[in-house]
Amino acid sequence: MENSLDPALPLLEVRGISKSFGAVRALQEVDFTLRAGEIHALLGENGAGKSTLIKVVTGVFPRDAGTVRLGGEEVAPRSAKAALQAGIATVYQEVNLLPNLSVAQNLFLDRQPMRFAIVREGEMRRRAKALLADFGLDIDVAAPLGNYSVAVQHVTAIARAVDLSARVLILDEPTASLDRHEVEILFGIMRKLAGRGIGIVFVSHFLDQVYEISDRITVLRNGRLVGERETVSLPRLELIRMMLGRELAETTSARAATREHQAREVCASFESYGKAGYVAPFNLELRHGEVVGLAGLLGSGRTETARLVFGAERADRGQARVGGAPVRLQSPRDGVRHGFGYCPEERKTDGIVAELSVRENIVLALQAKRGLHRPLSRREQDEIARRYVKMLDIRPPDPERPVGLLSGGNQQKVLLARWLATSPRLLVLDEPTRGIDVGAHAEIIRLIRELCDNGLSLLVISSELDEIVTYSDRVVVLRDRAHIEELAGEAIDVGNILVAIAADGAAPAHGAHA
Amino acid sequence: MTALLPRRGIAQILALIVILAVDRVVSPQFFDLRLQDGRLFGSLIDVLNRGTPVALLSLGMVLVIATRGIDLSVGAVMAICGAIAASLADSHGLPMVLAAALGAGLVCGLWNGFLVAVLGMQPIVATLILMVAGRGIAQLITEGRIVTFSSPDLVWLGNGSVLSLPVPVVIALGMLILTGAVVRGSALGLLIEATGGNARASELAGVGTRAMILSVYVWCGVCAALAGVIAAADIMGADANNAGLWLELDAILAVVIGGTSLFGGRFSLVLAVLGALIIQTMNTGILLSGYPPEFNLLVKAVVVLAVLLLQSPKFSGLAAIAAPLRRTKA
Repeated sequence: MENSLDPALPLLEVRGISKSFGAVRALQEVDFTLRAGEIHALLGENGAGKSTLIKVVTGVFPRDAGTVRLGGEEVAPRSAKAALQAGIATVYQEVNLLPNLSVAQNLFLDRQPMRFAIVREGEMRRRAKALLADFGLDIDVAAPLGNYSVAVQHVTAIARAVDLSARVLILDEPTASLDRHEVEILFGIMRKLAGRGIGIVFVSHFLDQVYEISDRITVLRNGRLVGERETVSLPRLELIRMMLGRELAETTSARAATREHQAREVCASFESYGKAGYVAPFNLELRHGEVVGLAGLLGSGRTETARLVFGAERADRGQARVGGAPVRLQSPRDGVRHGFGYCPEERKTDGIVAELSVRENIVLALQAKRGLHRPLSRREQDEIARRYVKMLDIRPPDPERPVGLLSGGNQQKVLLARWLATSPRLLVLDEPTRGIDVGAHAEIIRLIRELCDNGLSLLVISSELDEIVTYSDRVVVLRDRAHIEELAGEAIDVGNILVAIAADGAAPAHGAHA
Repeated sequence: MTALLPRRGIAQILALIVILAVDRVVSPQFFDLRLQDGRLFGSLIDVLNRGTPVALLSLGMVLVIATRGIDLSVGAVMAICGAIAASLADSHGLPMVLAAALGAGLVCGLWNGFLVAVLGMQPIVATLILMVAGRGIAQLITEGRIVTFSSPDLVWLGNGSVLSLPVPVVIALGMLILTGAVVRGSALGLLIEATGGNARASELAGVGTRAMILSVYVWCGVCAALAGVIAAADIMGADANNAGLWLELDAILAVVIGGTSLFGGRFSLVLAVLGALIIQTMNTGILLSGYPPEFNLLVKAVVVLAVLLLQSPKFSGLAAIAAPLRRTKA
């Protein structure tokens, strides 16, 4: 690794990059400067051009105009592999490694230590072990990578990239699927690498993390550079303004005005409800016009609770009641029949049917509820789709567009519309704002409040405690697949939730197996 | 609705026109039709008539493929049901014969559907079982012989005519209309497409994905049974060894030519049947041209390759990437 770099000289200089896809101008004369040894956050809403910029710099897309200099020398990689050889490594959110191969094989893929055309497995493992030890990871490197948590897979990908003599490391949403503890480990590694003079580009939509880790921030909006600032001198509101291009009322972290506590009608209740090895038995009462938040670390049993409540998973003990009457929830169909709806966390695999249109996705649950022999006419479908596209401001407002082509935020709205169309009494939302840009984020939260004011009962999971605190009337805290505390009214604040999660000291050490 | 005359059918219609044009060159009297004894004759009628079994199979197959499945057993089911029909034809009336044969097809479909939907087996493996076993069952029914019959009712089913058209063609058309009415007249079409597009998501939206999958295999079995009865009626006998042999592949091919992806989701009944007609038009053209029928297989292979290439995202992706590259060079 070169240490002779003049620290005043930028490590990576991107100048005047433009890129169009057909008529769409994804990037217009964007500049970006990365110094050696700094952690530089690259921010912007969905569609701002972050991913395109990364892909142009690393040669995945050819650029239309502009130059890239690395350590003063002009580079023009034509593929991700060429960029890697030049010293620019990228680790994407979905780790691009092979889960069926061992950790060691992944680390040394394409460059295994050889003797007479035979891979020296022992040597490879020894070196893999040493390499990971450098990152504070002590694991069995002979085990398949897929056996480990996403966090370990990320660290492995980073270790591989750095070992390939990367001078620039680009991390695209590295923390999206990590829990708090794992994020800390990752940040430790990032600081260590920066200390060695590696320049790190950090793409994330978790603003807390950006403030915690980054030295400088570059903001893109609609394919243009908005500005580059020192993190310490950039207030959060100013940053959001840069990202959104408009003033955003400071609503998100202030708790909404406490609504008067009135005796609300119970919508559904669960007594000693649970499943062995899944979630410990819990009691839960969901009332009309009330939002109940589920808080806890990843793998603490939040999603599991949601799936039991909806009927996606069968409970093996306890009793569920809807409107006081005992019910059996054996399948999602049962849940739907009792007026429940569920927006799962994994929108792409569990939520949308990408190929079908916005209209078809919206009417799907309602049609399933009505049954085969009572088809919604095309006219009714159009009517329903038009109503919700307008009500939730789904963009582009074209009901016939395949839903897979919409942005994450709009896909989430389509899923909400799917359930609202069934006139549900209870909606279960699992991470409704994950992977959604700031604008849509605020909108979804506003929607949650509105739905609740209309008498709907909501059970909402979120990793963002600020968010949960904003809209919840009660918060259930989970740890180690058990409900450990319920907070209500004035007791709901981030501090109390954190105290509850960390109540008996150590957070669960086992990684993300959710 | 979209399934009846889809905008995306243009490629298939063009392909059919091109192949028809080639046939016209090869055989100048290809488009000649004549009426004799109240029935139309001519190469075009032959194409329709010969294409009927595959067209019927493709009606079931397209629904199965739309759920991201596949049914390899349809050829064997044809053999079973043809054998049953032939064995009963001279001793029972036509309604009884049809009920027995179609009932057998339904049971075969239930078996496949049970393996796939309830036991969760991979469709290709699950239906391979009946593909292999089915032909054995058919041979047991015929006791290893070619069973012939002379029941005029059943013979009429294969060789008679209605409104100057061969009976099999009328039956296939009727089945197309019936299937279309059931699938698009109810919510079945949407729910099948949703199941094939994303089974997990559909399940969570409350769709009874198991019932969807079970029902398409059952329908596929019934269509295969009908094709088997017609094939037997056509030759006035049942040959357990050869009835429907390899036709499952033609049916899959017809569906794929019709633009339904093997990854499930969107499907079109009309285009699948059009795919069957394209295959048969090629077959007939090659026969008329006097080339050895072996050519048939090669030509089919080329057509499949062309269709698959056009559907492959990588191929269109290459074209999209190549365009800007060329621009930067210029």
